[in-house]
Amino acid sequence: MAVLSLMAAGIFMAAVSAIPVDAAPVQKNIILATTTSTQDSGLLDVLIPVFEKKRGYFVKTIAVGSGQAMAMGAKGEADVLLVHSEAAEKKFMADGNGVNRRLVMHNDYIIVGPPGDPAGIKGIKKASEAFKKIAATGSIFMSRGDNSGTHAKEKDIWKAAGVKYEGEKWYQQTGLGMGQTLAVAAEKKTYTLADRGTYLALKKNLGLDILVEGDAILLNVYHVIEVNPKKWPKVNAPGGKAFADFMVSKGTQDIIKTFGVEKFGSPLFFPDAGKKVEDLGK
Amino acid sequence: MDIILDGIRKAFHLLFTFDAEVLGITWFSLKVSGTATFISLFFGMSVGTVVALTQFPGRKFVVSLINTGMALPPVVVGLFVTIFLWRNGPLGFMEILYTPAAMIIAQAIIATPIVTGISLAAMQQLPKKLRLQILALGATRLQMVRILVREARLPLLAAVMAGFGGVISEVGASIMVGGNIKGYTRVLTTATVMETSRGNFDIAIALGIILLIFAYMINLVLTQIQQRERPR
Repeated sequence: MAVLSLMAAGIFMAAVSAIPVDAAPVQKNIILATTTSTQDSGLLDVLIPVFEKKRGYFVKTIAVGSGQAMAMGAKGEADVLLVHSEAAEKKFMADGNGVNRRLVMHNDYIIVGPPGDPAGIKGIKKASEAFKKIAATGSIFMSRGDNSGTHAKEKDIWKAAGVKYEGEKWYQQTGLGMGQTLAVAAEKKTYTLADRGTYLALKKNLGLDILVEGDAILLNVYHVIEVNPKKWPKVNAPGGKAFADFMVSKGTQDIIKTFGVEKFGSPLFFPDAGKKVEDLGK
Repeated sequence: MDIILDGIRKAFHLLFTFDAEVLGITWFSLKVSGTATFISLFFGMSVGTVVALTQFPGRKFVVSLINTGMALPPVVVGLFVTIFLWRNGPLGFMEILYTPAAMIIAQAIIATPIVTGISLAAMQQLPKKLRLQILALGATRLQMVRILVREARLPLLAAVMAGFGGVISEVGASIMVGGNIKGYTRVLTTATVMETSRGNFDIAIALGIILLIFAYMINLVLTQIQQRERPR
């Protein structure tokens, strides 16, 4: 036994010394809490190496829903957020959790569904009208149900439609990310609300059509927010600011503008640094 | 079905072209889970042996706790380790959340009850008379334990395999405490989750196949050691 333990301890030490451990100062690490769409679309895989090389930071990207990202920020467990959930962001700022909320980019949401379109919503201009029809015909709607930015937007549209949806038989929730929810919706031939980027990335395997698009309420706006270091002294404020500055810098905005064009034939995001939210989509 | 064939093809393509990222992730997965398994062997086999060979009040209760621990959900372990390691949490000063060290801790916590439980059962199934006989022949207690461990090596190696299998295939804790950070804390299982949500089903299947291939090779080695001498 003793021999075995010694052996185990020896091998353990050897193995541990082989694991890379941060030797660099703590301030080198930035925790970026963000939504899954920025990671799943591959945008961050392009942007973060550029930032790391330029500024010498190491970015730990934690891709969760916007709701969870802001919860992390509100506890001081992230340094900077890249999120898309308008109302929740405003509350986050009002509570003093963040500083310097800046517009980065937008794309849009789309209502997708099976090509047969049982609720007959194809071509309807207003998203809320389409939701009303889905409810009235009792066609199944697949919700994210995960407090993400997309889920928040979906609730906004239900509110605008004035329809009771919670607890209804046709209203189902996956509790999963956008990619998985789209896969479930495709498999069960139901409607869902998706961001265009994720939909385009997954389109080849889905068999779901875009049925409603272009309504102003369907705008999907991404902001970068630095976590308030006054509230949480352990936050890496210079790192968070450096990343936020990077996201709205000219070079980054140019990368965002062309990202995805090669692969999908159209950009996944539209750069908006310095613009006002009210002017978007005009 | 085509997608599975694509996945298999992709797996061999990635392996035989020595895809740097995939090999890096694979090697890192083995390192993290291997280290965690060694830690769990140290604690699990010691505790398992002690509990198996001694009598004390409340022993049955302890055994039932260990056996319940074998069903510890990885995602719950991940949640608790995360809360403890948060910057503003009780162990925040260590600053190891979203690092390989945090993943090793979480995986070791998952594997330890598995190793403990199986070690305990392994040592306990040895005939009681054997112990008396060894002691009667003049062995010290330490010598006795060594002989007993050697006698129980078959099921003890099963404990190693179960512990390693438990953590290399685990995703819930690794993604929570590691964060699936590219080139840093990404392991085969968390990469599989991410590629699935990206709709890259062929790569996701390929990563799953690579995981199985490496798990098989490690278990093959362990099985060779285990089955070298057939028990009488």
